[in-house]
Amino acid sequence: MSKTSRTSITMPSSAKKGSIIEIRAIAQHDMESGFRYTESGKLIPRDIIRVFTCTYNDVEIFKADFYSGIGANPLIIFTTIATETGVLEFKWSGDNGYEAVNQANITVS
Amino acid sequence: MHKESIFQKSRRAWFKKIQQLGLIAVGAWFSPATVFAKPEDAAKAIQEITGGKPVLDGKVKLVIPPLVENGNLVVLKVSVESPMTANDYVKSIHVIAEGNPLPNIFTVYLTPRSGTATITTRVRLADSQTVRAIAQMSNGSFYQGQAETLVTLSACTELV
Repeated sequence: MSKTSRTSITMPSSAKKGSIIEIRAIAQHDMESGFRYTESGKLIPRDIIRVFTCTYNDVEIFKADFYSGIGANPLIIFTTIATETGVLEFKWSGDNGYEAVNQANITVS
Repeated sequence: MHKESIFQKSRRAWFKKIQQLGLIAVGAWFSPATVFAKPEDAAKAIQEITGGKPVLDGKVKLVIPPLVENGNLVVLKVSVESPMTANDYVKSIHVIAEGNPLPNIFTVYLTPRSGTATITTRVRLADSQTVRAIAQMSNGSFYQGQAETLVTLSACTELV
């Protein structure tokens, strides 16, 4: 897996103050489990995304630890309360120096 | 007398055959699935999460399809009943699959700002099994929910 890859965020760009918004975050990644063998019997080393974090105006609001049991192209759907206008930053990091960052803006009225 | 000895001989041969069959059966019992975790591994993983505290049933709802065609991508939804206020919220949710080579699937850490304690993701399941979700509340108590599923094509065992 390369050092970074394509990621995508789906969330509303505007929301009412205090309302709950749903965020869908997906990253393109093989999530090689480390339990599979090649035909010649060699174990394929693990290569997964291990940590996903979401910050809302630099305050961490969500964090997830991934293990080998997460499927390829990890998708995670979670919720948060729209508190203020600003930027949500999403960060994935994993084995072999993998790192990906994505941002989304939200206008809260 | 002569007849009896033949009978005895054949009986002995039969015993030998049966013994061999028994050995094969024992071999078949031990050889497969050494890669799969045993329920003890899952219990150990749960012990590590809770630190030996009691885990109560209820509050946690885990949704997975009861019949899965391909274990490589299974949509899993977990939700915990909680008001999610500053004094009473869900701190973390751990999902454990006792039939996977590594029982831990994922852990999420929530805050009162999460609004709801509902997570959807896609997981791998190596076998037909029971999947558990354990939630830690802000007051330190643990609740669990579980779901059973039947997997026809398992993940992680295929060759590349």
